[in-house]
Amino acid sequence: MLRDITLGQYYQTESVIHRLDPRVKLVATICYILSLFLVDSVWGYLAAGLFLAVMIRLSHVPFKFMVKGMKAIILLLALTVAFNLFLTPGEPLVSVWKLTITKEGVRVAVMMAVRLTFLIIGSSVMTLTTTPNNLTDGMEKLMKPLRKIRVPVHEIAMMMSIALRFIPILLEETDKIMKAQIARGADFESGSILKKARALVPLLVPLFISAFRRANDLAMAMEARCYRGGDNRTKMKPLIYQRRDRLAYIVLALYLVGCFVIG
Amino acid sequence: MSLILDHVNYIYGEDTSMAVAALRDVNLVMGDGEFIGLIGHTGSGKSTLVQQLNGLLAPTSGSVYFNGNDIGDKDYNRKELRSKVGLVFQYPEHQLFEVTVFEDVCFGPKNLGLSPKEVELRAYEALKQVGISDEQFYQSPFELSGGQKRRVAIAGVLAMKPDILILDEPTAGLDPKGRDEILGQIRKLKEETGMTIILVSHSMEDVAEYVDRIIVMNQGSVIFDGLPREVFRHYDELEKIGLAAPQMTYVMNRLQQEGFSVNADAITIEEAKQEILKSLKRG
Repeated sequence: MLRDITLGQYYQTESVIHRLDPRVKLVATICYILSLFLVDSVWGYLAAGLFLAVMIRLSHVPFKFMVKGMKAIILLLALTVAFNLFLTPGEPLVSVWKLTITKEGVRVAVMMAVRLTFLIIGSSVMTLTTTPNNLTDGMEKLMKPLRKIRVPVHEIAMMMSIALRFIPILLEETDKIMKAQIARGADFESGSILKKARALVPLLVPLFISAFRRANDLAMAMEARCYRGGDNRTKMKPLIYQRRDRLAYIVLALYLVGCFVIG
Repeated sequence: MSLILDHVNYIYGEDTSMAVAALRDVNLVMGDGEFIGLIGHTGSGKSTLVQQLNGLLAPTSGSVYFNGNDIGDKDYNRKELRSKVGLVFQYPEHQLFEVTVFEDVCFGPKNLGLSPKEVELRAYEALKQVGISDEQFYQSPFELSGGQKRRVAIAGVLAMKPDILILDEPTAGLDPKGRDEILGQIRKLKEETGMTIILVSHSMEDVAEYVDRIIVMNQGSVIFDGLPREVFRHYDELEKIGLAAPQMTYVMNRLQQEGFSVNADAITIEEAKQEILKSLKRG
């Protein structure tokens, strides 16, 4: 039941996008999100959509898998569209009861929907094609200049990678405890909100206990291996830009210039 | 009481690149009062199989019947099924959550909607069945030892009075003493109540002397199903899939090869001793 969450998950397969340096993917994702807010014409959105479609094709991740992750934000999407549709002032188009749909409203609502959808799918292309470890490695290296102003870059990256690593573990644990309690007749699905909240106690107590136990074990294991933060720490597989990464940057630059020109 | 699995297949992560077939065409009939050992090494599909039996997982194809009814039917009462088919998971002590041992055991029967009196009666009975003493009833379950915690967790399922009790690796992570205690308790339970028990394990040695039927799984399929001594005759095949027969099987087979006229079906040390004495007298 909890295995259906795909947002932030890694999809293992072989592709150009998978092999790219995580730094390239991070920069590209940020640039892509920025470009979505820069363009303001139909052509601009078409360009953004085309770019995304090509990336998805290159990533070899089934499109169905990406859309599955969208389910989680469908409510958010619907709300945004509704607010924009009804609350944008302008030339009235249809009027029902107290609600008026304006021409500008339709335009803004459609744009918002497209923007959000692209944004989510765009960032999930990154998470689906990059292992969490790689991602935090890339982040650490990108943020390295910040160490000059005493930002604990390595520690932040380590915390992130541990947090990311724990997500699937805790999901699995939740699934297991949930099943064990269901086998004892627990009911997590029916009843009022209050009843549902109370039904979570037999799930949350064991989950917290196990999370603390695991955190404790991990801290011990790290200490036992003499972990002491980021100073003078070297990497087994340092990130080095390859030819394909430079090429990717060029493609990205071309896309950004294109967006400026069109949109 | 009967459980029937009819051509059950189960695939994890269908439609993704990580799809794994966990069960392949499993057909089984489990009857009243049987004491079954379900054996297979890690990843052979045992845990997936037992979750089919109380409807926690629905087969990808095929059906499971309990007392003649398909448990996959839309209007089948799965909550009642779960009280009839009690499932004790691996490391069940990780599911304890209440303030006291007694309250934790009450959780199951309470969920069945029984009267408070009946709930407490059942909890008391169940805790007695697993050998927890009165003084421990009102302790926090987290203060108990590993073996005791596990017995409390087993009591939590027993208190629902199931017809079938399934225990997934009940001895995992226990020391030899804790293991013998738990297995002894399960045997006693079997003798006293006559309920059907399915013992899941990766170790033949553990279950050999307790159960009267062994089902061996490998890569999601049932490969042997029969009396322990019948199954152990295939000891070389068992070894090929990473399992082993009890040590006595090896000793007796070796003796036979060396020319002693012993019956190689002996499983326990006691049986082996009798066999060897008999053969020596004859010789």
